[in-house]
Amino acid sequence: MAFLIGENMTGGYGGADILHDCTIGVEKGEIAVIVGPNGAGKSTGMKAIFGMLDIHTGRVMMDGQDITKLSPQARVNLGMGFVPQTSNVFTSMTVEENLEMGAFIRTDDISDTKEQVFDLFPILREKRNQPAGELSGGQRQQVAVGRALMTKPKVLMLDEPTAGVSPIVMDELFDRIIEIAKSGVAVLMVEQNAKQALNIADKGYVLVQGSNKYTDTGEALLANPDVRKAFLGG
Amino acid sequence: MDILNSLVLLANYIFVPGLTYGCQLALGALGITLVYGILRFSNFAHGETMSFGAMFSILFMWLFQSWGISIAPLPTVLIALPFGILCTIAWVLFCDKAIYKFYRTKKAPPVIFLIASTGLMFLMAGVIRFIIGPRDQTVSDGARFIMRAREFKEMTGLDEGLAIKTSQAITVIATIIIVTLLFWFLNKTLTGKSMRAYSDNEDLALLSGINPDRVVMYAWVITAIIATVAGTLYGLDKSYKPFTFLQLLLPIFAAAIVGGIGNPLGAVVGGFVIAFSEITVTYAYKKFYAYLTPESWHSDGLLQLLSTDYKFAVSFVILVVVLLIKPTGIFKGQSL
Repeated sequence: MAFLIGENMTGGYGGADILHDCTIGVEKGEIAVIVGPNGAGKSTGMKAIFGMLDIHTGRVMMDGQDITKLSPQARVNLGMGFVPQTSNVFTSMTVEENLEMGAFIRTDDISDTKEQVFDLFPILREKRNQPAGELSGGQRQQVAVGRALMTKPKVLMLDEPTAGVSPIVMDELFDRIIEIAKSGVAVLMVEQNAKQALNIADKGYVLVQGSNKYTDTGEALLANPDVRKAFLGG
Repeated sequence: MDILNSLVLLANYIFVPGLTYGCQLALGALGITLVYGILRFSNFAHGETMSFGAMFSILFMWLFQSWGISIAPLPTVLIALPFGILCTIAWVLFCDKAIYKFYRTKKAPPVIFLIASTGLMFLMAGVIRFIIGPRDQTVSDGARFIMRAREFKEMTGLDEGLAIKTSQAITVIATIIIVTLLFWFLNKTLTGKSMRAYSDNEDLALLSGINPDRVVMYAWVITAIIATVAGTLYGLDKSYKPFTFLQLLLPIFAAAIVGGIGNPLGAVVGGFVIAFSEITVTYAYKKFYAYLTPESWHSDGLLQLLSTDYKFAVSFVILVVVLLIKPTGIFKGQSL
């Protein structure tokens, strides 16, 4: 069984079900990418794994432990890091304060982790005393990812980390995400830029209307003519 | 000589009282801004919270006076202040638990909180009159003046005097201490930063493991401390009258909004903007111009822009103008 897995999840935000028997999992040190058309329930699937909506059927397991009933906060304590798609930094606070807030639940010394984040995103070291709200879109995303990394999470979940950034910044962000995965973190992300994302993915999930349509390695999905035609623009 | 006299006149009637009043408004506005920044509603009960704190300080002051305790030349109320603060903290935490918590769990819109706080305001106003009565209470004892007008005249040989009351000096010093401590707390301590984070982005703060109940509790505790100090200082400077605190609500809100509601620095700046506007507009400049202009120019009128009876209209006008022209205030607010 995968390190983190949401199995047969069915549920929604209280009204009609959005997810239907959806399964998403990721291994340590790997990148799993959720792609699919608009309204396919990509973000919803990720939020379900993070406990932000109720699933009435199915379960979420991490490291062999059933965490279906836990609150998002409790999941953060267990080692899940989540980067929301929007409003993912404290705009009025400096970059360094953002990182400190990311590490709020930690009681030990955080300076090493802070250095690691600065090594990963050197631009943040330079701008450490600048309010995060004054940074460019790409830099903000780096702050957001850095904030989530401050708890030293075992799983990092990213909701469209490259939304609204330029292609160059996107490539750079993906490079950083690969680096994070290589350090042994399980990375699960939702992406609009399906082709580029599947390129770096160990595992890909194509969702359609809240169900798994195709599940394979990133490479295989890219090679699959049906997937190419329907979701990757040929 | 005439120029010096006119400047001393302004210092005595505008600068010193304006500075004191500005401090009082700044402290009041800080309380409004803190509650707005964390709990996201305009706390109309804040004026009465100040009154409540001042009342407890006075009750303890009477107790200490009856025991013969005094810290002359400083006013006795200063040693009663910590006890007043403790009572007020207990009261606001009780109110939060009994009233606001209910609406918070229901995720009620801010206007519901505002109405609840208005209800609480009337309740508290009643309780205060029930306990201490509606009458005027003198708070200041000990030395009245640091410098009397006569002493200043003898010292400098000028015709105009400059008087500085003990209460005015205490107000300014206490405000500097409180504001410094508050800014240090919000910007340097982890708890303070977590409050700013919560105020900035509640959802992300929750994701970061910041406990909202804690943040709300700290906000109330700090608000109670500042409100008690503000109310007591106001009473010390002018005498304590329960009904003045309802009137104070307008300049305090004006100060918070002018500065940018939710922004602590803005609250302080706004406090001084309102205070100095009120005083400069309602001051009679007749004597001031008499020093500076030849005798034939002297006016028979008082050269007063607005009667002091209308001083609250000043904050109201500023409030309206700010909301029309720059609704965010001087400093953009919304988060601490």
